[in-house]
Amino acid sequence: MDTSKVATSNATTAATASKPSKIGALGNWADERLGLAAMGKKNLRKVFPDHWSFMLGEIALWSFVVLLLTGVFLTLWFVPSMGEVQYNGTYEQLRGVHMSEAFASSLNISFDVRGGLLMRQMHHWAAMLFVASMMIHLLRVFFTGAHRKPRELNWVIGCLLLILGTLEGFTGYSLPDDLLSGTGIRAADGFIKASPVVGTYMSFLLFGGEFPGESIIPRLYVVHILLIPGLLLALVAAHMLLLVYHKHTQWPGPGRTEKNVVGYPMLPVYAAKAGGFFFIVFGVTALLGGLLSINPVWKYGPYDPSKVTAGSQPDWYMGWPDGALRIMPGIESEIWGHTISWNVMLPILILPVVMFIILLLLPFIEAWVTGDKREHHLLQRPRNAPTRTATMVALMTMYGLFWAAGGNDIIAIRLHLSINQITYFMRAAVVIGPVLAFIITRRWCISLQRKDNETLLHGYETGIIMRSPEGGYTERHLPLPASTAYTLTARHRDPEVNGHHEAVDANGVAAPGTGRLEGLRTRLRTLMWSDNVQKPTREELDEGHHHAEHEHELQAGLDHSADGHQFDGHHLVEDETLRGH
Amino acid sequence: MSTPPVIDGHGHDEPVDENLPERDDLYANPGVHEHLWRPTDVDPKAEKRAERQVATLFTLSALCTVLFVVCYVVVGPDETLAGFGAQNLLFGLTLAGALLFLGIGIIQWARKLMADQEIVEYRHPARSSDEDRATTIEALNTGIGESGIGRRPLVRNSLLGAAGLLGVPAVVMLRDLGPTNAQVTENPPFPGSGITNTIWDKGMRVVRDVVGTPIRPEDMQIGDLINGEPEGIYVSPWDGEPLEGVALQVNKSKGAVVLVKMEPEEIIPGTGRENWSVDGILCYSKICTHVGCPISLYERTTHHLLCPCHQSTFDLADSARVVFGPAARPLPQLALAVDADGYLVAQSDFDEPVGPSFWERG
Repeated sequence: MDTSKVATSNATTAATASKPSKIGALGNWADERLGLAAMGKKNLRKVFPDHWSFMLGEIALWSFVVLLLTGVFLTLWFVPSMGEVQYNGTYEQLRGVHMSEAFASSLNISFDVRGGLLMRQMHHWAAMLFVASMMIHLLRVFFTGAHRKPRELNWVIGCLLLILGTLEGFTGYSLPDDLLSGTGIRAADGFIKASPVVGTYMSFLLFGGEFPGESIIPRLYVVHILLIPGLLLALVAAHMLLLVYHKHTQWPGPGRTEKNVVGYPMLPVYAAKAGGFFFIVFGVTALLGGLLSINPVWKYGPYDPSKVTAGSQPDWYMGWPDGALRIMPGIESEIWGHTISWNVMLPILILPVVMFIILLLLPFIEAWVTGDKREHHLLQRPRNAPTRTATMVALMTMYGLFWAAGGNDIIAIRLHLSINQITYFMRAAVVIGPVLAFIITRRWCISLQRKDNETLLHGYETGIIMRSPEGGYTERHLPLPASTAYTLTARHRDPEVNGHHEAVDANGVAAPGTGRLEGLRTRLRTLMWSDNVQKPTREELDEGHHHAEHEHELQAGLDHSADGHQFDGHHLVEDETLRGH
Repeated sequence: MSTPPVIDGHGHDEPVDENLPERDDLYANPGVHEHLWRPTDVDPKAEKRAERQVATLFTLSALCTVLFVVCYVVVGPDETLAGFGAQNLLFGLTLAGALLFLGIGIIQWARKLMADQEIVEYRHPARSSDEDRATTIEALNTGIGESGIGRRPLVRNSLLGAAGLLGVPAVVMLRDLGPTNAQVTENPPFPGSGITNTIWDKGMRVVRDVVGTPIRPEDMQIGDLINGEPEGIYVSPWDGEPLEGVALQVNKSKGAVVLVKMEPEEIIPGTGRENWSVDGILCYSKICTHVGCPISLYERTTHHLLCPCHQSTFDLADSARVVFGPAARPLPQLALAVDADGYLVAQSDFDEPVGPSFWERG
């Protein structure tokens, strides 16, 4: 076929209308009132770079939209009342049972409203997806260094979205007033009562008197459908506006610099891909809601404060503080006639707040340690910031261990282990695990950096094994294609860190300040950079190339007509000009 | 319209910080990859095929939507399909089909048929230009100066005071969210009100959970555990009527107990609790002292009671001492006696508050 010119059908003719159209007239009407053209000029062809990992935040955004849509549907039938009624609906096993109107209406939605169960299950699945994708998106951002200047505030907004999303989930699964969620609220009452000084007052005000009262469901309802969604919407809007203002980060590569952004235009490609992806996220939640049962409240039955089920667990994203609560030793102290419940306060009221503050501050801590005041729009590979990567992996490990501790009873039953031993193990593991994870990850990253240098200096493995006349076998290495070599080396060298206590910058000037804080900073700088492998110097690179040429000469006599490029997947074969075949 | 790829050969082109090493590039920036035409760009057959694929996907989506409506009308609530509830399964599958085919179709359209040249846009620093900054600061200073807020501290301070004070009603008005513990203890709206007491009282029978029948000591065998309730929730000590609504829920959440019977010689009675048991029958609050879950998992050979929420374990033979887990205090014990009719009754209310700890507990 003729590949020298473009087919006539694609994007070659200007989209100028031959005569004034109705759409044009409408556009004119709107622009004369709203000035849309000025905005459109800037944004319609706005460039978004392409990478699969940039899709994670999109999952969060779209699952939030699914939550709004399915949530509105549910409000049409849900009755947020703790008034007692006798159930007379379709679900036979509970007919005649006394329950709150909230639980009865949840049964009604599940059994008597057509599509109600689907919407309930989609709502719950989308909530899980929402929180999970926010977390993974957060990890992606941190691991690639996208939280650095100028995006620190967007990181803060993202963290607020995560915590609000988690609270939104908790208030949401508490609403049906089933036995499981009621147990969750009861535990929450215990947490509140453990607050020093004001605990009892807060509990009585929140529950409208003594637990359980009859106010908590309507109050959680208004928080769930008005207060938090309003905040979430506002913060999502701010998150998006900042994204548009900063323009998306991109991976380094040919033609990509700190001053440009390379990718596809918003209209049409990005709009189509993102819009299409909304339907995919929506469709996947529909599939989950149709096929996989979630939170079958009719099996738990209505809340009764004298009953509980074994294996009581919150939704997974509330699991880690619950795990901390489980492995905390039972310490309580009495001071001047007042009780302080360390066993509840530390794991539930203090630990999550501390973890959240650490999360919020990560970009600022890093900027303080590195002293970096430049804008960064090119992403880093996780291996090229070993200490940062190791920090997040340590936090993830701690999270994971706390989370596993939240299922210690399930682990004990499934694996036939002693719950006591699991608990003792976890007490140690949440301290030791993160330290180990930090060390291993940091060294792992450094090894990967070394591997990159190896490839740059000695070429990549072609998979072609050659036999010498003496019978020895060698694998042929070939130099990397120019674009790959450029991408691998398109990064900074880390500042030199001199010995243990004194950091000097590239010009050999000692870091200023000698205070205790400055000492800490110096030590952290050392930790940040001291063992990192830098990309090769020009001399090393030249030497490497000489060496490769020499080796090539030695192998020349052994050459087969195939030079290796045909099989390596790094190069296009000469006549092959089309992609996708 | 296609924008030709920009070949940017000027190195890395980025901001510099004099305290950090500048980026040295070992290779010249090769510039954006040359654009390669896709089969659908150069082969009309491939293009037509892609077009048909996209249209087919959209058609399948529409078909699923129609099927959804058909299912909505046709499928009854009790029908099952392959062990699933037919309604939920069919609604879910048809809706998922309608959405997924639409989404996949749009993305296929974008990937195969829409122009796929990468284009380059230039970034601007997030900060405003020096000129903008100067103008803004000047405007701000002019505005502040004209308002006179700096020159008239009396106006400024009284404004701040008045506006700040408006926060007080916002907090004060939350006061009626609920009564305090002191209020419900002093003027109980129903029997058993207040965080430090329960409905239990001298002579109140322990009755079986759910059915509400009283219990004789001889009804229980060694090793038995019975979930009990105060009789007062069935027969209010105030008016003899059963409790309802909030009164019932609150009293269930505080008054629930467990009765266990063990060999009398296995019991290690606490100080002053020597006569709290009847024939080896002991009675404890069912509400965990950790965060308040009702406890129910009993191991009869060890007399251990385990909380299913956070695994606090209590030794019921030894005044419900905590033997494992995060709870800090033993379960409160209810002193038992037998009334004239031979039924188990309480000697009094619990001698300490039940449930989780709180500041004023002491």
